[in-house]
Amino acid sequence: RDSSVNVVQLLLARLDNGVVWLHSDGPEKKYEIRRAKNDGKELTKEEKQRLRKEKKQQKKQKDEKGTSERAKEKKHVAPSQPVATQPPTQKAHTVLPASAPIPVPASGAPSHSSPAPSPADKPAKSRAELKAERRARQEADRASKQQSCSSSSKTKAPPSELNPVVKRLPEHVQVDDPAVVKRLAKKLERQQIPLRSDYGYKVSLFSHLHQYSRKAPLTQQLSIPSTVIHPSIVRLGLQYSQGIVVGSNARSVALLHAFKQVIRDYTTPPNEELARDLVNKLKPYISFLNQCRPLSASMGNAIKYIKKEISNIPSQFKEEEAKTKLLTCIDRYINENVVLAAKAISKYAIEKISDGDVILVYGCSSLVNHILCEAYDKSRKFRVIIVDSRPRLEGREALRRLVKQGISCTYVLISALSYVLPEVSKVFLGAHALLANGYVMSRVGTSQIALVARTFNVPVLVCCETYKFCERVQTDSFVSNELDDPDDLMVTRKGKTQLENWHDVSSLGLLNLVYDVTPPDFVDLVITDLGMIPCTSVPVVLRVKNLDHSMPVWMLERGFRHKVSPCLILHAMLHRL
Amino acid sequence: MEWTLIPVIRSLDTIGPSMLLCSLLPCSGETILGLRESLKWATDCLTGVDSSVAVSSGGELFLRFISLTSLEHQDLSRCKKVMEERGELFLEKISLSRTKVAKLCHTFIKDGAKILTHSSSRVVLRVLEKAAAEKKRFTVYVTESQPDTAGKQMADALRRLNVPVTVVLDAAVGYVLEKVDLVIVGAEGVVESGGIINKIGTYQMAVCSKAHNKPFYVVAESFKFVRLYPLNQQDVPDRFKYKADTLRTVSDLSEEHPMIDYTPPSLITLLFTDLGVLTPSAVSDELIKLYL
Repeated sequence: RDSSVNVVQLLLARLDNGVVWLHSDGPEKKYEIRRAKNDGKELTKEEKQRLRKEKKQQKKQKDEKGTSERAKEKKHVAPSQPVATQPPTQKAHTVLPASAPIPVPASGAPSHSSPAPSPADKPAKSRAELKAERRARQEADRASKQQSCSSSSKTKAPPSELNPVVKRLPEHVQVDDPAVVKRLAKKLERQQIPLRSDYGYKVSLFSHLHQYSRKAPLTQQLSIPSTVIHPSIVRLGLQYSQGIVVGSNARSVALLHAFKQVIRDYTTPPNEELARDLVNKLKPYISFLNQCRPLSASMGNAIKYIKKEISNIPSQFKEEEAKTKLLTCIDRYINENVVLAAKAISKYAIEKISDGDVILVYGCSSLVNHILCEAYDKSRKFRVIIVDSRPRLEGREALRRLVKQGISCTYVLISALSYVLPEVSKVFLGAHALLANGYVMSRVGTSQIALVARTFNVPVLVCCETYKFCERVQTDSFVSNELDDPDDLMVTRKGKTQLENWHDVSSLGLLNLVYDVTPPDFVDLVITDLGMIPCTSVPVVLRVKNLDHSMPVWMLERGFRHKVSPCLILHAMLHRL
Repeated sequence: MEWTLIPVIRSLDTIGPSMLLCSLLPCSGETILGLRESLKWATDCLTGVDSSVAVSSGGELFLRFISLTSLEHQDLSRCKKVMEERGELFLEKISLSRTKVAKLCHTFIKDGAKILTHSSSRVVLRVLEKAAAEKKRFTVYVTESQPDTAGKQMADALRRLNVPVTVVLDAAVGYVLEKVDLVIVGAEGVVESGGIINKIGTYQMAVCSKAHNKPFYVVAESFKFVRLYPLNQQDVPDRFKYKADTLRTVSDLSEEHPMIDYTPPSLITLLFTDLGVLTPSAVSDELIKLYL
């Protein structure tokens, strides 16, 4: 009953703003109508949100209280519900909520007859003003809500920018919790994406993670042609799950290219705005890709960037303009964060490579390979030891690339690490992501290399672009990781495959981990496009990056031209004094 | 290009690196770019004479500082005036920095403390002066610090303050450490990782104090922050390791003995600077934050 009172109060509050005008005649009528429509649009979105929240609260109260109350609430909820269902179809105005909501659809209809003007015809109220109005209304509502509900059971305040957002655990690390799995299944059903089932016996420590088989890709469960998912996304998903596109940079760039294709093929449906609709279109694609292979940190940041860019498209833009803008944004993102960053990092890294060096690398990192090739081009004399590990054997790809350049390489497996380390002068490692507490998340085996290198007093340098920095905090490799196909661990030698029947042995589990985290004490230096920083300074970079989104390019320019930190210290000195 | 060099001297004592900061007053018809070029030339001259880290970093800082301002005035003479004013400001600030550091650090010296220090540093001397002025009683062990036996001069200065001081051999650091409570050293340069570059023998002292779990404090002014990130001793550039005339005259540097060494941040407890008391990891944080 409390919640329904709120709904009515809400609607009454709207009365102040929009109502009376439609009755006035005269030359201002059109303007008024447009203005009302505009308000109405805003209102309906808010109302949708609020009504959704009310429904949630009601559900909770239903569970707690009982059937009699439920009946009462239903009566009150019913009149507001038709209002809720109207907006999606009509796309207009419940502007006239006189005390009874029911006349709204009727009065809504005539004003809707003038066809929805294209967003360009809206009055010149800026977005900021509208936001301010909305916020003022929210404050008023919150105040009235607090007065009415004395004992509120779990009324959550609408998330404002002031309250810290409570972060929930992502679903892909809660696989052993059936409630979470059910929720995920429902969400995928809604988005019409097939759910991928787990495969094989999972080691108990990692039972909270997914384990898929490569022989059962998600695409087999899709109808062809897929109507829900864009074909380039389907292709991308297949490439991810089959391991055709591997590596943090490669995956993000492929993702962005696929999104570019999606944007090119996109047409705004009538009565929708590109800014909002495109974001909604991307959500099922992202779920699909997540099902094919869990998203990497770099992909997550790229997606955040795209969503922000899309929602910042001003509504005055025509579709073609908006699309070209988005395509250029994506190109610029790739250029700044991958291509130019690689150049900047090579510049710094080459300073650290001296003649006669013996450099150890692990696996295949596109960035480290790039650095070594650049250094070789700048005629530094060094040789490389490539450490590799089963089952991926990515080091072979790195070996191929470096030998093609002409660099002299040695190839060992990770079990021979302590044998080669005495002759190594530096270790260069790539990273999948850099976490907020300074831990480095990288291919499994990296922390082992860092640990042994530390005991041999060999400096360890990690090379990572800033777009891979992520806000997560992790201190061990268990809590969030990825389990690869366990069948990869089977190997056939001399015609015999020992682990062929591992499924039959009930107590046997095969574990094929993909990532591990290295503590910052083992890392001497992190080379980013912002410069060389110690591992503990990652949170500062994150903080600084959040303030200015186009930071890397600005920094690059500054860094190249001036190399200026000390003078700014004095600058600060002046300010502090 | 004619110019007159008017040295605004900060060459304090003859001990250790002296800071010569010159203000150039170019005579006529210069562009801003020309001004910068001539300033840079002067800095290079200075580093050519005395190749210590502090001179190099201080010179660069002076240059950056006076040019990091909006020099958009139409009149070139106004620009020059602005630069001169900023130069004066710079010098004023750095002369105060040592006092600031002393103010921060002397509270860490408790009554009855035994302090170990290395070679001769004016900042450490200032800190100990301040502590003595606060009526604290402490004794000091100074290493002799070969090859120039700079430690003896430090001992003389301390004796003048009526502080009981003992000069020990460089090799006796491990022996003496069990008696001392804390170690304070100066720095010729503070690098980006939070480590320091100082007279040879500092690294040894840091390793020993870590083994004995004694706090290892570094006192340095902020103009000593240098844009370097050495990974190990070999990574420190040669121009800092050896004296300038050695670099010029001697062909095979492997025969020469380096004058400085690098102490990594893991061995340092705290750094006292005029920007405040910093942990080694905070040094890099400050630098990054200041990019804004």
